[in-house]
Amino acid sequence: MNLLSWIGRQTIELFSTLGFFSIVGLRTFSGVFTGTWSKEDLFEQLERVGVGSVLVVSITSAFTGMVLAVQTLDQFVRFGATGYIGGVIALSMVREMSPVLTGLVVSGRIGAAMAAEIGSMKVTEQIDALRTFGLDPHVFVGVPRLLAGLVMLPILTLFSFVIGIGGGFLYVAAHGVNAHLFRRSVEALLAPSDVYGGLLKAAVFGVLITLSACGQGFMAGQGARGVGTATTKAVVWGNMLILVFNYILSTILFGGIKG
Amino acid sequence: MKMQGVSVSFDGKEVISDVEMTLLAGEITCLMGPSGCGKTTTLKVASGLLRPVKGSIELLGKTVGPETDETDLIGIRRELGVVFQGGALFDSMSVGQNIAFPLRYCRGIEDPVSISEMVLDMLDHVELGDVREKYPSELSGGMRKRVAIARSLVHSPSLLLLDEPTTGLDPTTARHIDQLVVELCGKFGFSVLVVTHDITSALGIGDSLLLMHEGRITWRGSPDDWARTDHPVVKKFAEGMVSVGRTGGRKL
Repeated sequence: MNLLSWIGRQTIELFSTLGFFSIVGLRTFSGVFTGTWSKEDLFEQLERVGVGSVLVVSITSAFTGMVLAVQTLDQFVRFGATGYIGGVIALSMVREMSPVLTGLVVSGRIGAAMAAEIGSMKVTEQIDALRTFGLDPHVFVGVPRLLAGLVMLPILTLFSFVIGIGGGFLYVAAHGVNAHLFRRSVEALLAPSDVYGGLLKAAVFGVLITLSACGQGFMAGQGARGVGTATTKAVVWGNMLILVFNYILSTILFGGIKG
Repeated sequence: MKMQGVSVSFDGKEVISDVEMTLLAGEITCLMGPSGCGKTTTLKVASGLLRPVKGSIELLGKTVGPETDETDLIGIRRELGVVFQGGALFDSMSVGQNIAFPLRYCRGIEDPVSISEMVLDMLDHVELGDVREKYPSELSGGMRKRVAIARSLVHSPSLLLLDEPTTGLDPTTARHIDQLVVELCGKFGFSVLVVTHDITSALGIGDSLLLMHEGRITWRGSPDDWARTDHPVVKKFAEGMVSVGRTGGRKL
C-alpha cells in the first residue's frame, strides 16, 4: 500500500511539474514578442550562460574527444580502418557528445544558479515586487534566460565540436595517424546535416535547461531549504529532459538505416 | 480604498474573513495583530497581488472581486506603492537602478537624465545621501527600508502599503522610519496602510487603528480609543498574550 501511494505521489508530482513547466514555457514564449523584459538582463544572461561556460565546456570537450580516440584507435588499427578514425570521432562529437555534454555542463552550472537565484527572489518577495510594478515575472525573469539558453547552447556546442575533434586528433596524431588522413576521414563521413542536427539538439537543450531552472525557481518553497530543493530539482530535471529529448531527437534526426 | 466583506482562502481554509476597511486620503491606517493572523494576506489583497474569494475592494475607482481579470489588476498595481517586509529590493541591481525601476516600467520614462534627477530627489526625500551606486547588500537594515520606501514612492502612487516597516530595526531606526512615513504622507497626501505588530509604531503614526485576530478585524478605533478600550483581544494583544498564550514567565 505504501509503495502504491508512493508511486501515486510521484506520478502526480511528475505530471504537475510537467504541467507547470508547460505553463511557464507558454507564458515565457508568448512574452518574447508581447511582454515586457529587460534587454540589459538578456546581455547579462548571454554573458553568464555563454562566456562563463566556455572554459568548462572546452575542458570537458577536449578530454571527451581524447577519450573517444583512446577507446577507438586500437580497434580501428586492428581492423585496418585507421582511415575512418577522424570521421568516427567527429560524428560522435557532432551528433551526440558535444550537444549532450554541453547541455549537461550548462545544466549543472547555469541551471542550478538560475533556479537558486529565482528561488531566492521568490523567498525574499522580489517576485511579488515585480508583480506590484505590473510585470509578469515569468516573462520579465524568464525571457532573458530562455533566449540566452536558446542562443548560447548552439554556440557553445559549435565550440565543443572543434575542441573535441581537436582533442581526438591530438591523441591519434601522437600515435602515428597523420593529419591529412584524419582530415579526409572527417570530410568523408561528416555531412552538414550532422552539424545542423547537433546544433538543433543544443538549441532544444538550451530551452529545456532554462525552462526547468526557471520553473523550479518559481516553484521553490519557503526558506533556504526550499531554494536548495529547487536547485537540486532544476539540475535533475534539466539532465533528465536532456537525455530523454536527446533520444527523441536522435531518432528523428539520425535514426533508421540510410542506404 | 474600500474593502467590503473580503475573504481569502488557501487550500479551502479561510485565512481572512469578512474584512471591512476604508482608507481615507492623507490618512495613515495601521492594521495590527499577532503573527499569522492574516495581516500580510490583507495587504496582498489590498495591493492586488491576491484576489478575494468573497467580497470586493474598491481600488482607485475600480472594483476588484473574485472574477477580476489579471490584466485589470496589472493596471491597478502600477498605481500603488508597496513596501515589503524585507524591502524586496532587487539585489542584482544598484540602489539607483532599484529606485529607477518603477519609473521605467510603471511610468515608461526612458530619459536617463530625468530618471537620475528623480532618483536623487527621492533619495533626498527619504534622507539618504547619494547611495545610487551602492548595492542593497552594502546597506544597513534601516537604509534598505528607506530605499524600499523611495522605490515605492518614486512613481507617485495614490496609495502606499507597508508590510511591517519597523520589523528587525532597532528602536531608534524604527522611530525614524515612522517619522519618515508621517512626513511623506503629509507631503504627498496619499493614503497609507501600515501592517504591523509594533504597537508603539502604530500608536505613534496611525490616524486610525485596526486589530486583526484569527483572520477577522476584531477592533477598530483611534489611538485615543485604544488607550480607553476594555476590549479583551486588545488587552491581550497589548500584553503580548494573544498568540503566545503564556500566563507565567521564567524567573531570572
